[in-house]
Amino acid sequence: MPDHTPHITREDTPEGPCAVLHGRWGAAEMGVRAQWRALSRQLAGLPASADLGWDLRGLQWLDHVGAQLLWNHWGRAWPRRLALDEGQRDLIERAERYSSAPPPPQPWRLDEQIDRLGVLVLHGLGHAHQLVLLVGQLALDVLRLLRAPRRAPWRDVSGHLYSMGATALPITALVGFLIGVVLAYLMSLQLRQFGAESFIVNILGISLIRELGPMLAAILVAGRSGSAITAQIGVMRVTEELDAMSVMGIPHGFRLVLPRALALALAMPLIAVWTTLAALAGGMLAADVAMDVSPAYFAEALPRAVDTANLSLALSKSVVFGLLIALIGCHWGLRVKPNTQSLGAGTTASVVTSITMVIVVDALFAIVFKNVGI
Amino acid sequence: MAAAAPTLFAPPEVAAAQTDATEAVIDIAGLWTVFGKGAQATTVHQDLNLTVRRGEMLALVGGSGTGKTVLLRQILGLMQPTRGRVTSLGRPAAEMCGPGAASRVGMLFQHGALFSAFNVIDNIAFALREQGTLPAALVCDAAMVKLQMVGLQPEHAARMPADLSGGMIKRVALARALIMDPPLLLLDEPTAGLDPKGADEFCTLLQELHAALGLTMVMVTHDLDTLFALSSRVAVLADKKVIVTGTPHEVAHFDHPFVTEFFQGERGRRAMAPVLPAKER
Repeated sequence: MPDHTPHITREDTPEGPCAVLHGRWGAAEMGVRAQWRALSRQLAGLPASADLGWDLRGLQWLDHVGAQLLWNHWGRAWPRRLALDEGQRDLIERAERYSSAPPPPQPWRLDEQIDRLGVLVLHGLGHAHQLVLLVGQLALDVLRLLRAPRRAPWRDVSGHLYSMGATALPITALVGFLIGVVLAYLMSLQLRQFGAESFIVNILGISLIRELGPMLAAILVAGRSGSAITAQIGVMRVTEELDAMSVMGIPHGFRLVLPRALALALAMPLIAVWTTLAALAGGMLAADVAMDVSPAYFAEALPRAVDTANLSLALSKSVVFGLLIALIGCHWGLRVKPNTQSLGAGTTASVVTSITMVIVVDALFAIVFKNVGI
Repeated sequence: MAAAAPTLFAPPEVAAAQTDATEAVIDIAGLWTVFGKGAQATTVHQDLNLTVRRGEMLALVGGSGTGKTVLLRQILGLMQPTRGRVTSLGRPAAEMCGPGAASRVGMLFQHGALFSAFNVIDNIAFALREQGTLPAALVCDAAMVKLQMVGLQPEHAARMPADLSGGMIKRVALARALIMDPPLLLLDEPTAGLDPKGADEFCTLLQELHAALGLTMVMVTHDLDTLFALSSRVAVLADKKVIVTGTPHEVAHFDHPFVTEFFQGERGRRAMAPVLPAKER
């Protein structure tokens, strides 16, 4: 079994010392850490000098990486005494001919950084501009839909309703239920100090129905469906399906944005109610276990504690959340450039933006309607 | 370490020429490929045999759906055959894609399959850099050599794949496939999507590399010009097996409906027609 490890022996010939190369000098052999360490140590012990000869004829294999290594070790110049065959000479000549440093990276410059900041601001403005366009287009599309309701993409709407609404039910129920349990336990510790156990109904009722239910549902759906919308539309950009649609004269707004926006605007309030119900169930259970507030009392006290205005506020808020998530998802999806990196970046940006916007809009609602229902 | 006598080992380039010409690089025997199960099962390959010898440029041709690309993927070990044996470089093909695959085989995918997150030079250097041992400067130098060997300029190194033309993508993908000098190169439709001039240039490049590096090439192609320009041997896939292998001109006269249609059709005659002398044009 011949020794394949790349190595060098130093031999003394009549003309002077000579480095004789053995083994397989290939990329794969040098990729083995131990072999590479041993070889680079041997090379370091044989600095290229005028009186050292090199003999490559004993090599079993030399490839471009090995040739490059030798060439770099020789200081990018041919040694004076060199024994090698034609094939090896070709390899090293290619290393000689093509070894050129890649263009150096651009140095850091202040004006470029300022430019970059400006570009960033312009990008932000561009996003706002496009979002306004998207909302306007949606309004026009809704008008078109009202004028000819039979020609609307109802099949798409129902498909999205299923995939973004119905399939979201288990996860929203689970999260809602657990949040309800946690809230009720936390509250029970505080309320017991004042002997105000029965107020758990008011606290849970108001906070879950008015704020937490719709918001939890919106955040979950933003993560789940917002990313899916961006990825779907983004992949259509990568595979040129969007261009194919344009060429057929089928507007993106009417066929892609409108069905998703409609479906989410419809599904979101329903999911919000569902999440709220699950959270209330969790709260009811925890209240029963922790504070002996019976479910019967809970159910009886709830309508008295929570004004119905809260419910309509929560529903209208959810419609806005649904529209926002769909529009932001479509916006980022349509902006994806035809490469995978842009697709990933767009999806991330879409989820982050829609969750942030949901919270911002929720805060706006809280301020504007602070006198309603409490 | 035992220093073996230099004469015992033929140097690489000579080795490629001197090695026994009948040495099989790829050996496929009794291959069956069946997709689906039960009533919906479709048999793509049925008892298929094929041998590729060292230094050959073998072209696989066949109608669409005859499993040419599937065969390439099976040679690479990306897909397992239903039945039969695929041996690549003397080992079962299933082991092909394990560690160090880049030094055994290179694959030029139909659409390049460049990593769109990396620039050109990082794409080419990827396999070498992933080994984690060689210094960055050496890796970069080796990648620059490959970049220029495929006919690109050093200033293309920093470009992103999204900014490249179709021909350049193929060249970068070729450089990436060859970064660790594998003895075997597989090509899926090497000239598809290139304009005639670009396709001719790419064929010339492949021929030069074949001569310079002593590569064994297996390509799937529909393009008759590429077929006649590049292949030293043609294998025709039809009726779920390899019906004939031989030089392009031998195969062109084989009597089978697909071969007749493929080579004697309008496009085939155009590709096979002797080029007219310049003054008659």
